[in-house]
Amino acid sequence: MPERIIVPFGPQHPVLPEPIHVDLVLEDELVVEAIPSIGYIHRGLEQLVQKREFTEYVYVAERICGICSFMHAVGYCQGIEHIMGIEVPDRAKYLRTIWSECSRLHSHLLWLGLFADSMGFENLFMRSWQLRESVLDVLEDTTGGRVIQGTCKVGGVRRDIGQEKLDEMLRALDPFEEQCRDLGDVFLNDETVKYRLQGLGVIGKDEAYALGAVGPTARASGVPSDIRETGYAAYGDLGFKPVVETAGDCYARCAVRVKEVYASIDLIRRTIDGMPEGPLDVKVKGTPDGEYFSRVEQPRGEVIHYLRGDGTKHLARARIRTPTLANIPMLVKMLPGAQLADVPVVVLSIDPCISCTER
Amino acid sequence: MTVHEEQTTTSVALEDLLREVEGLHAGGYRLVQIGCTDIGGAYEINYSFDKDYQFRNLRLTIGPETEVPSISGIYWGAFVYENEMHDLFGIPVTGINIDFQGTFIKTAEKYPFSVTRVGGDRCRNA
Repeated sequence: MPERIIVPFGPQHPVLPEPIHVDLVLEDELVVEAIPSIGYIHRGLEQLVQKREFTEYVYVAERICGICSFMHAVGYCQGIEHIMGIEVPDRAKYLRTIWSECSRLHSHLLWLGLFADSMGFENLFMRSWQLRESVLDVLEDTTGGRVIQGTCKVGGVRRDIGQEKLDEMLRALDPFEEQCRDLGDVFLNDETVKYRLQGLGVIGKDEAYALGAVGPTARASGVPSDIRETGYAAYGDLGFKPVVETAGDCYARCAVRVKEVYASIDLIRRTIDGMPEGPLDVKVKGTPDGEYFSRVEQPRGEVIHYLRGDGTKHLARARIRTPTLANIPMLVKMLPGAQLADVPVVVLSIDPCISCTER
Repeated sequence: MTVHEEQTTTSVALEDLLREVEGLHAGGYRLVQIGCTDIGGAYEINYSFDKDYQFRNLRLTIGPETEVPSISGIYWGAFVYENEMHDLFGIPVTGINIDFQGTFIKTAEKYPFSVTRVGGDRCRNA
């Protein structure tokens, strides 16, 4: 029987943009057990809710993560709006949808680049990030911020996108989609990519569901779950069907994200086409008294903002369950059976976001 | 097709927790999260489940020293939330399938969200 050794993976590793530590128990080059631990960037952001007024906490919620920042703000604001019975104007819902899908686009393109890097496919990495830049440019043009947008607020949104800019975005979508499809063609059809990813880190549908997996990680195993189906923001008007794959391996997780890039472009196009006229926000009166579990589909999956107000201007509790935390059990199950050299690819395949996870 | 989301919350006694969770598991519910709330000297723990976007919560209220049985024997992935409950709130959870013994989330201050806020190592699984 081969001797067992423990190899520490992270918290600092070339493929990890954020710190997570995994103790890998190996027999020769084969992983037989993986033990994760986190806590390198725990910031206690949930506690800050007791020190910031509920309208100000949007800024903190947005800073939970540098990738899905806008969607954290949407999740938080929707929760407060539900507790307070605030009906957000339709135009604000459509604008939230556009910025949410831009966030998903740049997050998936970021991940595709990192994933290509983890495979050693450097020019694919650079091309992915080159395309991501054009999405960040749109976010900067329309909100003023590339990373933190600051446009979502309780009761609506702070900024509008003028018709001229919407038309410009619409015109830019066709060539952008063509470029994304060229990029996606390499991820989906290149033989070296397939050889590297297919059959790696396989989790079946029933196991993924039982482990509580969310987002592309779950959908790649055939679990057709996507919170956008509940119709929050403008998704109820637009109609939406989740992207699902069934192989449950690293290739399927990549394929779901590639196809979600196409789906996001389509959603942005339809949101611009159907953009209603009207106000951007409503006046917020009173303070939240009650509780709600607000759910939003982030690029990595379902995020939950549990909010509880006690009738004062400070919330009593905010608890945020992020998608990466829900996907850690999947990671623990995926790694055994992988070769040591495949570990970076398998770890990245769940698109871990540690600053989200730790809050 | 848009699915209407419903949320329900049901209080559960400590001795009934595992039975209720087993019932939801048998009914095909997915474990969504376990979260704690400080309610002034005690904890409220929400066990959240989902099936076809129908969101159900089991709500357990316990004192600071109360031991809570792990549901990881029913939902294998519960260990992340139960270790988090322990590491951040200091709640002793018994029988976790992967018990990190207080090292899952490394914090500068031990049990930073504990209602007692005294630190120290009073938990069985620490």
